[in-house]
Parts: sequence; structure tokens; C-alpha cells
Amino acid sequence: MSSLSMRPCGDFRTSYKQDTTIFETNTIRWVTIFTIIALCFAPLVVDGYFITLLIQISYLGIAALGLNILVGYTGQISLGHGAFFGFGAFASAWLNTSLHIPVFLCIPLAGFLTMGVGMMFGAPAARIKGLYLAIATLASQFIIEDFFARAEWFSGGAAGSMADPVSLFGFAFDTDQSFYYVALFSLVFMFIWGCNLMRSRDGRAFVAVRDHYLSAEIMGVKLNKYRLLSFGISSFYAGIGGALYAHYLGYVSAEGFTIMMSIQFLAMIIIGGLGSIKGTLMGVIFMVFLPEVLESGVGVMKMTDWGNIPMVVDGLAYIKEMAIGLVIIGFLIFEPEGLAHRWTQIKNYWKFYPFAY
Amino acid sequence: MTESILKVENVSLAFGGVKALTDVSFEVPRGSVFSIIGPNGAGKTSMLNCISGRYQPNSGNVIFNDKIVTDLRPNDRADLGMGRTFQNLALFGHMSVLDNIMVGRHHLLKNNWLTGPLYWASPAQKEELAHRRYCEEIIDFLEISHIRKSVAGTLSYGLRKRVELARAMALKPQLILLDEPMAGMNLEEKEDMARYILDLNEEFGITVVMIEHDMGVVMDISHQVMVLDFGKKLMSGLPDEVMADPHVKRAYLGIEDDEEETVKEAS
Repeated sequence: MSSLSMRPCGDFRTSYKQDTTIFETNTIRWVTIFTIIALCFAPLVVDGYFITLLIQISYLGIAALGLNILVGYTGQISLGHGAFFGFGAFASAWLNTSLHIPVFLCIPLAGFLTMGVGMMFGAPAARIKGLYLAIATLASQFIIEDFFARAEWFSGGAAGSMADPVSLFGFAFDTDQSFYYVALFSLVFMFIWGCNLMRSRDGRAFVAVRDHYLSAEIMGVKLNKYRLLSFGISSFYAGIGGALYAHYLGYVSAEGFTIMMSIQFLAMIIIGGLGSIKGTLMGVIFMVFLPEVLESGVGVMKMTDWGNIPMVVDGLAYIKEMAIGLVIIGFLIFEPEGLAHRWTQIKNYWKFYPFAY
Repeated sequence: MTESILKVENVSLAFGGVKALTDVSFEVPRGSVFSIIGPNGAGKTSMLNCISGRYQPNSGNVIFNDKIVTDLRPNDRADLGMGRTFQNLALFGHMSVLDNIMVGRHHLLKNNWLTGPLYWASPAQKEELAHRRYCEEIIDFLEISHIRKSVAGTLSYGLRKRVELARAMALKPQLILLDEPMAGMNLEEKEDMARYILDLNEEFGITVVMIEHDMGVVMDISHQVMVLDFGKKLMSGLPDEVMADPHVKRAYLGIEDDEEETVKEAS
């Protein structure tokens, strides 16, 4: 049904302002605000390991949202997002240690630096599409990786580089619990930024370029500009995510930022839902928690008779990896439009319950 | 209606050996409804593409508002006030109707990727809402208010055509190019569309250049008609003159048929 919205009966909008809100209903808005407030108290309630997972969700979520703006909203493709994430991490560490810029300024600056690099590598995107663009961005992945290995002044080479913790007015966010607030704030800020981007002029232009680039051009959208800008914004998000990662771990080394990471980002947004902001977050949460769930599943398995079979015990690590692969394939087959779409369908089902049509 | 808004001077266009257009010249008076007719493959859409900038003519000039626009990109022509619709629907399928129309406001909006996301802290919100208001006027005018939140790709053919017209109108154009606005519509939808075209011409003062196969509509609402055949201009003039011309009858309308208005393109 085309005009189906989740607005309840009697919820009439009387101004355009009410009609352009980020959240479709007041309930969703208050649930979101309440969730964020509840998350602020998380360090008091849950254990440290869970907090590290939440921090992981934050920095990966920011980077994944960037990729979703590029892939999901603008319809471009990038296989080099992991490298941009890494560039942000190194750039922030470098700005901090070499230029002695305070860390809380380093993070946005690293974002802008990464944006510049992303636009440089995204320049071919204005001319090529689809698979060819995928290969071009694959090249960017390897070039940047090589840069990390060779540019010792920037990345510290094989030794990696150190990054100070975030500090503001003399207070250092050097524990997991305190850094968690930095991560949460950044996540919320960047997601609001993303939501607002998509409901203003340039966000619409991105979607227009994706859906029908010829008529977008007729409507006055500069194609090359927006394809390039999309790369820039996507790299900006990757840079911010990477910088948070660097200052969280305190140490950056080039090994992590391989093509595997790029593919992981792609997996997150495909599972979550291309072209959906809340889907991005769902995908990231899914991908971060999936190994944990499987881990505990393995733990349960070890307690049963299965735990005595040597082949199973030795192969548990591989079984886990394979299970992750299986889940992703399952998603592509059964819910190719992602978790966000499934969520909408669940809501639609309840909207009409108990009448199916 | 003496001054011309659009002048096409000796435009020729060839794809390899295929000559799509040969030396076509015409003028469109400001404020008129100008129809281009001709058999399939006559070069009507190529002509429109040359005007809107999707094709660059091999020779000749397109002059819009006394400015030579032959080499301008299509997006720059939108800034100058030229809008168009497509023969095969070209809506942004996954966007809502409202967003589709708002894309038409793109060149008039000023917020960008930095000020747009600072929605409340920048003029962006005020600007978006002001333009939203203008879009609502177009929505009212074209009577598509019931589908403004629908996803464009899910609409019926006739409605999509109307949304496409709305999107082109949102550009605030002085000249609007319509490529077969009534193709595939039933009689009722055709009548509606004809009324919208007349109204946007008369109320909004937009000059219309239209390709259409439905002779009845063309003869009824056009001020001037141009006939293309095999990429050449056969003739142009008032609808009655064109109808009476024996060449046109032979090329297009069918010489043996006495009731011309019932003759339509087979497709």
C-alpha cells in the first residue's frame, strides 16, 4: 500500500513544521529520547564488557552511516570504506601527536582530512558507475593501505602510532565508562546530522541522483558535484568513526584496516537496510552482537556431550565464522531489503491486527 | 505574444549516419502553447532533448531568453527557467511525491550539506518550509494532495505523469517542455491533463512546448503547431492551417481519412 503511514488515526498535522519532523509520531520520538537517556545510565548497570560493545557500535555505526549515505542513498559503491576509517584513525592520532592539537578538535579535523582524501579517490566516481566504480574504489583501499605501511611520518609504519585519550577542560575520558559518553554523544550527533541531511536539499539531491540521474540533472542537480560530495560525506563519517576508534584504543596499527573491514561495513548496511538511517544502526548492532551470541552458543555447546568430541572442540572457531557467513547469506535471501524493512512490516502487521488486510 | 522565448536556429543532430534532425528552425512565442507533432521517429523527442540539453546538436543554436544555451549542461538550464517532463516516466521512484516535487526546488534552495544538517540552527528549516508551502500550491493545483506522501514508484501511470508535471512546475520555469503528457491515458485523464496544461499556461504564464500524438488535444489547445517528418520541419503554423496542409495529411494524418481528429498514432 503506497500511502500507508504509521500515523495513528486522529493525528492530524496542522503545520508544515509538524509534517517534516524526523520522527513519524510522538511515540517514536519519546521512545528514542528515553532510550538515549537510558543509555546514559548504562555504565551504572551493565558490566564493562558490554560497554565496550556499545562503544564499538558507536564508532562502527558512525562509519557505517557514512557508507549508507554513499551506497544506500546516492547509489554509488565503495570497497574502500575500511581504509578511510583507518585514515581517520591515523589522521587524528597524527594531528594530536605531531601538531599537538587537542584531541576533541582532532576528531572533527580528522573527519575533514578524510573527507578530502575520500573526494580525491571519489573523483572517478563522477565518471564511472557500478562494477567499474567498485574496482576503482578497491584500488583506493590498497593504495591507502600501502600508504599506511610506507608513510612512517604519518602512521608510524609497522610500529603503529599512539593516540591520547579524549580530554576536555582537563578531564580525560580514558576509561571505558567515561569514553562511552564521548562515543554516545558522537553517535547521536552524527545520526541527527544524517537525518537532517536527508531531509534537506542535498540529501534529496543524493536520492534523486540514485533514482534517476538523467532527470535529476534536468531538475538542476549537478551530477558530478553530488556524486563527489557523497564520497566526501561518506569519508567524513568514516574519518570521525576512525578517529573515535583511535582515541578509544589509544593505539592505531595498520593491520585492522583491510578489505575485510570494508566488506564488513558493506555487510552491516546491507543487513540493516540500504537507504535507511535506522537500518544502519540495526545492521551495526546485529553485526556486533552476532559473534557474541554465537560465542555464548559455543559456550553452551561445550557443556553438552558435543564438547567431548575433539573435532567439534577444535573446529568451534571455524564453526562460528561459518555461522556468521550463513546468517549473512540467509539475510540476503530472506530479507534482502534489510532489518529496517522487516521492522516496517512488523509494524504494518500490528497496525491492521487482527484484520489482515 | 510577439516576443519569442525560445528560438531554435538551424539545429542538426546526427547519430553516426542517422540524421535525427536536419536544419530545424522555429520560434516559440512567449506565453504560447506550442505543439510538435509528427510520426514516430520523426525526431520530436530528439528536438526536445536538444532544447533541454541532454543532446548537443551537431550544428545550430538554441536561444532561450535571448541567451545562447546550446552548450549549457541541463542543470544550468534549470537555473535559467526551463523545465521538462519525460516520455517514459522519470520520477525518483523511491521518494515520496512531495520529495519529488521538492527536488524541483533544488536550484532555488540555498541550504547545503553543512547548513542543511544544522536544520534548527541555520536558516535551513525556515527555507525548507517556505518552499514546502510553494510545493503545496502546485499539489493543490494539480489535485494530487491525496498522494503527496505516497512513494512515487507505486502510483498509477496517469498519476505519475501528473507528479512529473508537478515536479517540472516546481522549478518555477518560464518554459516547460512536455514529452507526450497524455500518452497512455484514458479519456478522463486526458481531459484533466489538457486542462492543467491550459491552466499552467494561462494562470502561471508558463510557455509550453509539447509533443503529443492525440490530434484532438493538439488542435484544441495549441496556439501553434510544428510538424516534423524524418528529422525535417515540414511546416508550422496555426492548428487549422496545419490540419489543412496536404503534405501534413500525407505524412501524418492519413490522406484518405476524412475525420482527422479520430486518427491517432498506432502506438
